[in-house]
Amino acid sequence: MFDDFFIRALFAGIGVAIVTGPLGCFVVWRRLSYFGDTLAHSALLGVTMAYSLEFNIALSVFIISSVIALILIQLQRKTNLPGDALLGLLAHSSLAVGLVVIGFLTFIRFDIMGLLFGDILAVTVNDLYFIWGGGALILFVLKLIWKPLFASTVNYELAEAEGLNPDRAKAIFTILMAAIIAISIKMVGLLLITGMLIIPAAMARNISDNPQKMVLFSIIGGLLSVIIGLFSSLEFNTASGPSIITASLVLFILSLLKIKQSIQLKN
Amino acid sequence: MSLDKNTLVKLKNVGFRQNDKWLVRGVSLEVKKGKIVTLIGPNGSGKSTTAKIALGIYKKIEGEVEKYTIKVGYVPQKVSIDWTLPLRVSDFMVLTENLKDEAINEALSLTGVIHLKNKNLGNLSGGEFQRVLLARAISKKPELLVLDEPVQGVDFTGEIALYELIKKISDDLKCGILLISHDLHTVMSATDHVVCLNGHVCCSGSPLDVAKNNEYKALFGEQASQILSVYEHKHDHVHSNDGDIKQNN
Repeated sequence: MFDDFFIRALFAGIGVAIVTGPLGCFVVWRRLSYFGDTLAHSALLGVTMAYSLEFNIALSVFIISSVIALILIQLQRKTNLPGDALLGLLAHSSLAVGLVVIGFLTFIRFDIMGLLFGDILAVTVNDLYFIWGGGALILFVLKLIWKPLFASTVNYELAEAEGLNPDRAKAIFTILMAAIIAISIKMVGLLLITGMLIIPAAMARNISDNPQKMVLFSIIGGLLSVIIGLFSSLEFNTASGPSIITASLVLFILSLLKIKQSIQLKN
Repeated sequence: MSLDKNTLVKLKNVGFRQNDKWLVRGVSLEVKKGKIVTLIGPNGSGKSTTAKIALGIYKKIEGEVEKYTIKVGYVPQKVSIDWTLPLRVSDFMVLTENLKDEAINEALSLTGVIHLKNKNLGNLSGGEFQRVLLARAISKKPELLVLDEPVQGVDFTGEIALYELIKKISDDLKCGILLISHDLHTVMSATDHVVCLNGHVCCSGSPLDVAKNNEYKALFGEQASQILSVYEHKHDHVHSNDGDIKQNN
């Protein structure tokens, strides 16, 4: 059944969407879009490391992204630069270093477009194991830290005062972010992973009145985006990542109509 | 010295510095089971900072904090809920602890906001939100309650009712309360111990002792002193040997 590249891509995309749904909600709630972007940009460096050391791509991306996250936390402590400047510094320098390293690896043929924007043809059965195994692990850990993470998202001091250890939850969440980027890079590409995280979640916010609903709609929105995006990518021969993100954008616009309706109802 | 089993949290000469400025320094106080300790003082005198030190929110501190309970309920001075987070009152109630529906309903009824249970937090008025904050803090039946201006924005009659409720909670649950308020009138009826702050402990003791204190008079003015003593004299009370004031009624 997984012989067909399209079936593999579909299953990979579904696995990714189930995990990006809840994580994306936290990215929106905690205002981490640029943080996600930075980790994703650094993924290119991870990919080049994987190629030059003949190492598993997902693992290598996960390690490099985690290291970048740690460096960011250190820089935030040690310097007085504002957070967005630090994020930009790390995002662009890791992307640039990654591209420079590619220049040195002349013996390998790189599909740069595939790296940046995703490539459904590239999904292997091995990738599927990584996506579903890693995804299940991410969701399991997220479930474990849900209470302290959510409480500190609402109010850090309340969570700290009432003994929930929000700092630990935040550190674990950072690692989960690196992990989701590692497993979804082949599907969506590193420039568009943050879109996969935030657009379905933003769509879900427009139509939800409580956090559980928002997580559920975010997952459904992600699934629909993957399915619609991949089929149209097959139909129009477009790159998988942009097709999926475009589909999620259409869903977001539709959710805006629902907001407009409910505002009119109230008046 | 053997440890008093009734002690919930004890601050020993604590201080906290931010950007090379001491927000508060040299504060010692103790909250015991069933007692209400009130912090008073002008704006910027370090009341909230002291509460956050006691709660363990500020960790890089001078001095020592001994805490003997993990069942803590906290009403912060300021909570803002972002629009990006859809949150109903019922979701907020179970933020730090999973509660049965009856416990949620009971707490919301006590603070008079049970009708808002399924409302979105963002749509509440300031006073309503304050009542929800208080309900959340008491719903988990804490041993230590830290209330930072718990009745701000609440209407006048509600304010009195909520202070009575706070007193009742301290009696019923036998929990210790660290209360921050600048409403001298209402606070004093329930308070066992007052700590007057102005960057340091300016004076402390029973409400009446504090009212008589010259530093307190200098800080709040002669009039405030009269409010306190007048208030005390409206009630019948006895002074026991150890200096505590006991209400007769």
